[in-house]
Amino acid sequence: MAKLLETVDLVTNFYTYEGVVKALNKVSLVVDHGSTFGLVGESGCGKSVTVRSIMRIVQEPGRIEGGKVIVYLDERDKQAGIDLLQQSETYMESLRGDRISMIFQEPNAALNPTLSIGDQVSESFLFHQKKEMCTKIYEDLCAPECQLFYPIKKIQQAVYGMASNNPYAVSLKIMNKVPILKRWQKRLKKEAKKRAIDIIDKLGIPNPAQVVEQYPHNLSGGMKQRIVIAIALACNPVLLIADEATSNLDVTIQAQILELLRRLKEEVISSILLITHDLGVVAETCDRVGVMYAGNLCEVADVKELFGNPLHPYTRALLDAVPKFSVEKELKSIEGNVPNLVTPPPGCRFHPRCPRVMGVCPQTFPEMKEVKKDHMVACYLY
Amino acid sequence: MEKILSLKNLKKYYPILSGVFRREVNTVKALDGIDLDIYRGECLGVVGESGCGKTTTGKAIIRLHNPTSGHVYYFGKGIKSEEPVDITITKNFALKRLGIRGKLQMVFQDPTTSLNPRMLVKHIIAEPIKSQERMGGRELEDRVIALLKLVGLTRDHLLRYPHEFSGGQRQRIAVARAIATDPEFIVLDEPTSALDVSVQSQILNLLKSLQQTLNLTFMFVTHHLLVVKYISNRVAVMYLGKMVEIAETEVLFSRPVHPYTYALLSAIPIPEVEHKLGRIVLSGDVPSPVNPPEGCRFHTRCPFAIERCLQEEPLLEAVEAGHQAACHRKHHIEALIAENFGQNWISALR
Amino acid sequence: MTQQHPRLREFKFTLYRIFRNPSAIIGFSLLFIFAGVALFAPQIAPPKYPHNPYLMPHKGFSPTPKPPSQTNIFGTTSGQYDIFYGVVWGTRTAFKIGMFVVGIAAFVGVTLGAVSGYLGGIVDEALMRITDVIWAIPTLVLAMAIIVAFGRGLDKVMIALALVGWRWYVRVIRSEILTLRDQDFVQAAKIMGVSDLKIILRHILPNAIYPVLIMASMDMGSMVITASFLSFVGLGAPKGYADWGQMVALARNYIVGPPGDPLKFWYAIVIPGGCIVLFVLAWNLIGDALRDAFDPKLRRR
Repeated sequence: MAKLLETVDLVTNFYTYEGVVKALNKVSLVVDHGSTFGLVGESGCGKSVTVRSIMRIVQEPGRIEGGKVIVYLDERDKQAGIDLLQQSETYMESLRGDRISMIFQEPNAALNPTLSIGDQVSESFLFHQKKEMCTKIYEDLCAPECQLFYPIKKIQQAVYGMASNNPYAVSLKIMNKVPILKRWQKRLKKEAKKRAIDIIDKLGIPNPAQVVEQYPHNLSGGMKQRIVIAIALACNPVLLIADEATSNLDVTIQAQILELLRRLKEEVISSILLITHDLGVVAETCDRVGVMYAGNLCEVADVKELFGNPLHPYTRALLDAVPKFSVEKELKSIEGNVPNLVTPPPGCRFHPRCPRVMGVCPQTFPEMKEVKKDHMVACYLY
Repeated sequence: MEKILSLKNLKKYYPILSGVFRREVNTVKALDGIDLDIYRGECLGVVGESGCGKTTTGKAIIRLHNPTSGHVYYFGKGIKSEEPVDITITKNFALKRLGIRGKLQMVFQDPTTSLNPRMLVKHIIAEPIKSQERMGGRELEDRVIALLKLVGLTRDHLLRYPHEFSGGQRQRIAVARAIATDPEFIVLDEPTSALDVSVQSQILNLLKSLQQTLNLTFMFVTHHLLVVKYISNRVAVMYLGKMVEIAETEVLFSRPVHPYTYALLSAIPIPEVEHKLGRIVLSGDVPSPVNPPEGCRFHTRCPFAIERCLQEEPLLEAVEAGHQAACHRKHHIEALIAENFGQNWISALR
Repeated sequence: MTQQHPRLREFKFTLYRIFRNPSAIIGFSLLFIFAGVALFAPQIAPPKYPHNPYLMPHKGFSPTPKPPSQTNIFGTTSGQYDIFYGVVWGTRTAFKIGMFVVGIAAFVGVTLGAVSGYLGGIVDEALMRITDVIWAIPTLVLAMAIIVAFGRGLDKVMIALALVGWRWYVRVIRSEILTLRDQDFVQAAKIMGVSDLKIILRHILPNAIYPVLIMASMDMGSMVITASFLSFVGLGAPKGYADWGQMVALARNYIVGPPGDPLKFWYAIVIPGGCIVLFVLAWNLIGDALRDAFDPKLRRR
C-alpha cells in the first residue's frame, strides 16, 4: 500500500520549570492510504504530542526539535512527499481541516456555543470550498432551467464568474464590505448550508434540517461528536486524526461513533489515525497499531499480529493488564510507574519496569527493527 | 448470605426551578424506585451509561445527599445500634454518634479532585481517623504509615502533596483514606476510569486483595463492563434511574435477559481479536431523565419493543434464583436475539 | 532532589512563579522601599513632637512653598510644612490606611462569603441581599456622612472605607466556594464526618484564598487613593497631619506656578503625588504578578 503520512525521527520537547520534558524521542511511523492506524499508550506516553507535532499545533512551552513529517497527499504520485515541518504556517492552515482533519476528545471545546450547528458546519465549507461552490453556483446560474429575473441573473452570473476564478480577489473583498453589495454571498451561504445538511444527513443524524438550526447545548454528547466529525469531514480529507474521540462517550454511543468512523473510512476518507488508550477500541477498529511508551514507539504491527503475537515486553504487559471477555485469569500489572520524562531512564525507557531486562538495555536505545514482515519492534530481545 | 444494606424503593428527584419565584417546574428523576440488597462480603458491580443514576445510588447509600423518598437500611456490625439503621432519615450527627460515618466510605472517580491539593498525604489520611477518635501524634503517624504500606506506598510518601504523585498512586492514597476508619462498606465510584490501563490493573488487584484481608463489602460503580466482570460477584445493570437486571456475574455475562444488557455487552470494545461479538448498535440517545418514556423506559431504543412495552412498566422480577430482570419479553429473549442477530451471537457468549 | 520540607519546596516554587514576572520584581522592590521607609521613619525623619509624630513640623505660616534647601531637602509646602518629613511619615499613614481597611474588609468579606457560599439556601439568600444593599451605598457619600456626623479624622475615613470595602470580597469568595463545595475532596471530607467549620477552614478556604490575596493587594492601592482623595477634598486627615493626600491638598493652589514659570512649585505637588502613584503602582504590579502566578491554568508549567 502507498504511504500517506510518514514521520521520521520526530523529536518534541517541552520546556518547563522542572526541566526539559523529552516528550517525543525519535518517533517514526507510517500511515498507509486506506488504513486505520491506531496509536495506543498510556497517558503521557506522547501519543497526543505525536499528532499535535504532525499537525504543528504543539502547545506552549513545547517545541518540535527535529525530524520530518512527510505527507503523500496524492496516492499515485509517490515522489510528491511534502515535509510539513518545512512548510509555512499559511500552508499548514490551508491543510488543516482540509486534507487532514482532526477531532478531539471534548466536542464542547470544538464547538462554539453561540453559533448554530448549521453555521458551524457550513463555515468549514465556506473556508475550504469557496471556489468549488462558486463554480457550481455559476454553472447553475448559466443552466437554461434557471428561472430568474434577467438583469439580476446577469449580475449574479458576473459576480459568481469572478468568484469562481478567484474567490479571494480584491474586488470581491471590497464588495464584502459594502452593505448592499455584500448580499451576493447569500446564494453561497445557502449552498454551504445545503451541503452542511447533506453531510449531517450522511452521518446518520435524524432530522438534519432541524439539527442545523439548533445550538450545541441542545445536543447530547454523542450527537455533538458527530457534528464535530461532520465539520472535520466537510472537505473530504484524506486523513482523519481522531484524538481520543470516543473516550468520553458512553459505551453504546461509542459503539455508534466507531461504527460511523468505520463506514466513513470505507466511503469517504482514505485513512484514519486513531489515538486511544483503550485497547478494545484498537482491536475493533484498526488495521495497524503502534504502541507508545514514554515518548517512544516500541512496537508497530498489524492488529491481528499485535494481539495474537505481541513481541515487545511492554505490549505484552499491557495486554496482560486489561480485563478480557473470554479469559478469567488474574490481571497482571506492570510494576512501577511511568517514568518522568524530564529525566527519562537511559537506554530503553522501559527497562526499569521490564521483566526481561538485559545488560544492554540501560545503555543504548534499541532501534526499530523489522522482526517479521510488517512487524516492527524496538527491543534487544529480537 | 447476610445482608449488609437493603435499599427499598429509593427515589431521588432533583427539582428544576424556574422563574422569579424559583418555582418547581419539573423534576429530574435521577433515581426512580431502586430496590436492592447488598450482601456482606460481596462486590456488587453497578453498570450503566452516564446519567443512569449509578453514582446517585452510591451517594445515597453513604448519604452524601438526602433521597427524596425510600429507605436504606444498614445492618452494621460494631456500631452502637442493634437494630438496622435507616440511613436516609438519620441525622448527620446521629450517624457519627452511632459510629456509622466511618463504616460507610467512598472512593471517588478522579483522585486529582478527590484529594485536597493543599494538604500533605499525611494529613489527608489522618483526617478521617482524627474525626473518629482521639489519638496521639506518634500513634497516628504509625497508623498512617501502616495504611500507606497496605496500599503499596511507603513512609517516604508521607510528606508530599498529591500533585507530586502519579494518577495510580493518588488513587492509592484515596483508597488508604477510605479504609482509614476501618469501614465495612465502600462505594467505589469508577475508581479506575481516570487511570491508565496498566495502573488500572494495579488498583483492581489492590482492591481485590484489600477486600479479602479487611473483609470489605464493595459497591463498584462503573461503565466498564470488563472491569465489572473481573472484580465483582454480582452485577446490577441500570438504565435511566431504574434497575433493569441483577444477576451473578457469570450468569449475566453468559445468559443475560434484558435487551439493554445485550446491547451493552455487544458495545464494549474487547481487546481481543479472535473474540468478536456482532454489534447490536442501539439507535438514538438515552432519553432525558426529566421526561422518561412511558411504559418500559428502554422501549425507545429497544429492537424488540412490542405494544405492551409502550404502556406498561415492567417490574423487576425473578427469572431464576438470584437473577432478576425488568422486561416483558424476558422469557423469549434468546429466541429473539437468535432470530435477529444470528444464533452464533448466543453461542459466542457461552 | 534533596529532601526539603514539602511546604518549603512549595513555597519556593510559588516564589519562583511570582518572581518569574518582571513586574513582580519592580512591585516588590518598590514595596520593600516603602516598607523600609515606614519602618524606620523615626530614624529617617526624627519627630519634632514625640507625643504626636504624625504632626508635620512647620516653621512659619507663609502660604508660598519654598524650594528644596539645606534644612528642608524636599522643600516646604504651603504653610511651611516640611515635605520630606511629611513624605516619610505619610508612608506610615498609607500603610496604616491600607492594612486596616483591607484587613477588616477581607476578614469580614471572607467570613461572610464563606458562610454564605458553603451553607447556601436561606442563609445565602439573606446574606447576599444584605450585600446587595451595601452595594447600593456610594463609598464617598458614606465617608462624607460619617465625617459630618462624627467629625473630621483619618480614623473616620478608614472606618467608612472598611464598612463598604468587604462587599467585593463576599462575592469573590462566594463564587469560589460555590465551585469548591461540590468538589470531590470536600464531599470526601463530609463522608468522613469532618465538621463543617473544619471543612471550611481546612479544605475550602486554602483553595479559595488566592483570588482574595490578589484582590487585597490591588485594594491596598485603591484604598490609599480613596483616602488621599478624601484628604484632598478636606474630609480626611486634619491639617498638618502627615498624609500624602493632605500634602497634595496643601499644594492645591500651587499646582501651576506664577505666569512665566509654571513649574516653579513642582516639588510641592510632584513629590507627595509621586509617592501616591508609586505606592499604588507597587501594589497593582504585585497583584498582577500574583494573578499570573496563581492562575490555575498555568500551574506546573
